[in-house]
Amino acid sequence: MAVVFERPHALTDKVFSYCPGCPHGIVHRLVAETIDELGIEGRTIGISPVGCSVTAYDFFACDMVEAAHGRAPAVATGIKRARPDNIVFTYQGDGDLAAIGMAETVHAATRGENITVIFINNAIYGMTGGQMAPTTLPGQITQTTPYGRDVNAAGYPIRVCELLSTLDGVSFAQRVTVDSVKNIREAKKAIKKAFENQVNGRGYSIVEVVSACPTNWGLTPNEALQWMRDNMLPYYPLGVYKDKYAEEGGAE
Amino acid sequence: MRPDLNLMLAGFGGQGLLFAGKVTAYAGLVEGREISWLPSYGPEMRGGTANCSVCVSDNPIGSPLILNPDALIAMNLPSFDKFIDTVKPGGTVLVDSTMVEKTTDRTDIKVFYVPATKMADDNGIKGLANIILLGKLFKEMQFCSPEALMKGLEKCVPASKAAMLESNKKALQLGMDF
Amino acid sequence: MAEKVLMKGNEALAEAAICAGCHHFFGYPITPQTELAAYMAKKMPKIGGTYLQAESELASINMVLGAAAAGVRTMTSTSSPGLSLMTEGISYIAGCDLPCLIVNVQRGGPGLGGIQPSQADYYQATKATGHGDFQLIVLAPSTVQEMVDMVFLAFELGEKYRMPAMLFSDGLLGQMMEPVELPEPGSVKISDKPWAVTGHNNERTHNIVNSLYLEPDLLEKTVRARYERYAECQATEQRCEELLVDDADIVLVAYGASSRVCRSAIMEARAQGIKVGMIRPITVWPFPVDAITKAAEHAKAFLTVEMSMGQMVDDVRLALNGARPTYFYGRTGGMIPSPAEVLEEIKKIQEGI
Repeated sequence: MAVVFERPHALTDKVFSYCPGCPHGIVHRLVAETIDELGIEGRTIGISPVGCSVTAYDFFACDMVEAAHGRAPAVATGIKRARPDNIVFTYQGDGDLAAIGMAETVHAATRGENITVIFINNAIYGMTGGQMAPTTLPGQITQTTPYGRDVNAAGYPIRVCELLSTLDGVSFAQRVTVDSVKNIREAKKAIKKAFENQVNGRGYSIVEVVSACPTNWGLTPNEALQWMRDNMLPYYPLGVYKDKYAEEGGAE
Repeated sequence: MRPDLNLMLAGFGGQGLLFAGKVTAYAGLVEGREISWLPSYGPEMRGGTANCSVCVSDNPIGSPLILNPDALIAMNLPSFDKFIDTVKPGGTVLVDSTMVEKTTDRTDIKVFYVPATKMADDNGIKGLANIILLGKLFKEMQFCSPEALMKGLEKCVPASKAAMLESNKKALQLGMDF
Repeated sequence: MAEKVLMKGNEALAEAAICAGCHHFFGYPITPQTELAAYMAKKMPKIGGTYLQAESELASINMVLGAAAAGVRTMTSTSSPGLSLMTEGISYIAGCDLPCLIVNVQRGGPGLGGIQPSQADYYQATKATGHGDFQLIVLAPSTVQEMVDMVFLAFELGEKYRMPAMLFSDGLLGQMMEPVELPEPGSVKISDKPWAVTGHNNERTHNIVNSLYLEPDLLEKTVRARYERYAECQATEQRCEELLVDDADIVLVAYGASSRVCRSAIMEARAQGIKVGMIRPITVWPFPVDAITKAAEHAKAFLTVEMSMGQMVDDVRLALNGARPTYFYGRTGGMIPSPAEVLEEIKKIQEGI
């Protein structure tokens, strides 16, 4: 009997700990499929963040390191410099990557560290129970912006792909989402490219996945996806923000 | 056995005090003695006052920080003012009299006023007043053998700069002849 | 035997680390450890190693964590304010059971403090280098030669006990030059690290380097296992130098730069007929408790001398447990005690016993 669907080898048997409707599971799978397709599991080292995906080290079957909050790019740098032949990726949320770890993010990017960054932007802190994130939208209600994010007091959201694409060290930056089959396919392509870039030594690649957080947004999974489409995608437009290799005329 | 040397070198950053200290230290090392060389550090190194403590002894060196030197080389007025009263009775002081016009009233120390900066300029070895003073100190204190001093100098001047070695030797000789 | 050369403490330490097989250095500029990083920046590219100037001490210590997790010998160096920033990462490194070398060339504090030599980070190094139950191996050199020798020891002990090790230096030791003999290259034994993340190469299950344990019973078990290693380390790795302790009425306890000042004071005191000696902790963690309790059998009083307001003196008191009177003398803020000041204290104690 032909196998038409199976668990990627790069995922362990461990059952995901994520909430219903959370896109982490989809993105984990896309990363794992990519690792399988490129045949790199044996030399891949992943870094999990602090956030809902803190235990990603249990889910990915490759070697894993758990980093302190925000420090994944620094940990990745240390690993990659020690073992340049290994494939190193970080998997980070918005608070981790764009608040507490912004310095590490920007500097790993500007150094052009040859690593792959998977960035989940769901506009909220999930693990600690729904506080304002650096990507929380103006007016968005969270536990710590109970009257809606007031930009005069709490400032504006950060658009990570736009910001990082200004840096010469960044090779590839693309924003995707996983709310539909079409978009999941697009996300997969972006993630694969971000890993291939590293295999080919092209430097820092980031894929930002605009995501929903039904639990902390207080919505059903479907409502959350619709809210994301209506509110987040206009603020965080999907697309390729930088592709140095393509711009230089390279082709896959 | 030679007596211990506790030498303080002080002046402006850039006058080569640390270098002269290093030559002294290496001369001691060549003779198999215990050595320490401790610079002042921080913003003062950038144009302000700089100093350097060099201890040479036959015994392990305790505190490398010299509070009461038995030899002082002072190459500017602030250093002269700061350290002249700290010199141990019976100690030896070398003053660059081109840079320091003052003299001391102390009679319990031996003070030599050497116009080292002018001598260096007059002899075409600008910037080597430090080594002229070191030559004079050597003449007065014999803190090591002449061979060790020369080897110390050779250790401190990179082999790629042979011309500099000759200038330094000339400076040492000028100091010894003063 | 290699020829002795004059080297600054910071530079000798850097060269020794490279000789010890440490080819991955991550740091952030701060006085007075500058020469160490500069030496690495010059040397590492020539041997195919890594010198990386990070964006902060937070980043540099986490780069060290990454490289240590990847199984290589790695280090960072900093000075007091920078060490404070690193404490987060050090706690994680300890929680992940990773060996690495952290150099603290101490300067005066608190806050921006000053840049002159100090020993005011003793509590931080030995009691609370970060959150949680953990310890570092802390080695305190007092000469440039010891800086060299202790780099090797730090890596060896760190790997043996799977603990981060700190070389506890200060501005005076870092900046001074002394004759030093560097080891012959190629004599280094680096232990195997089957736990490291190297890529499993489809030959084993995945390795996880992690300090998170969401079940408290599992976390407690992990911490207890770690403390068993600490206990073994305390039982077998206490190191100190004893100077004229055997017949001493007064025993000084001092480490690093202040021990050198004490040495000068002791020689002068002995010349004046006062029976005084010194225990110089080489490992400040594990603290040389055994040497102190042994000395207490005959010594009448103890005097701890530090370049701080009195931190290690607590460990001396704990070791003595009230058996003998314990005195303290210290200068702080970058001031270095003079041998005359210490001698004065010795004489005061002498009059009282």
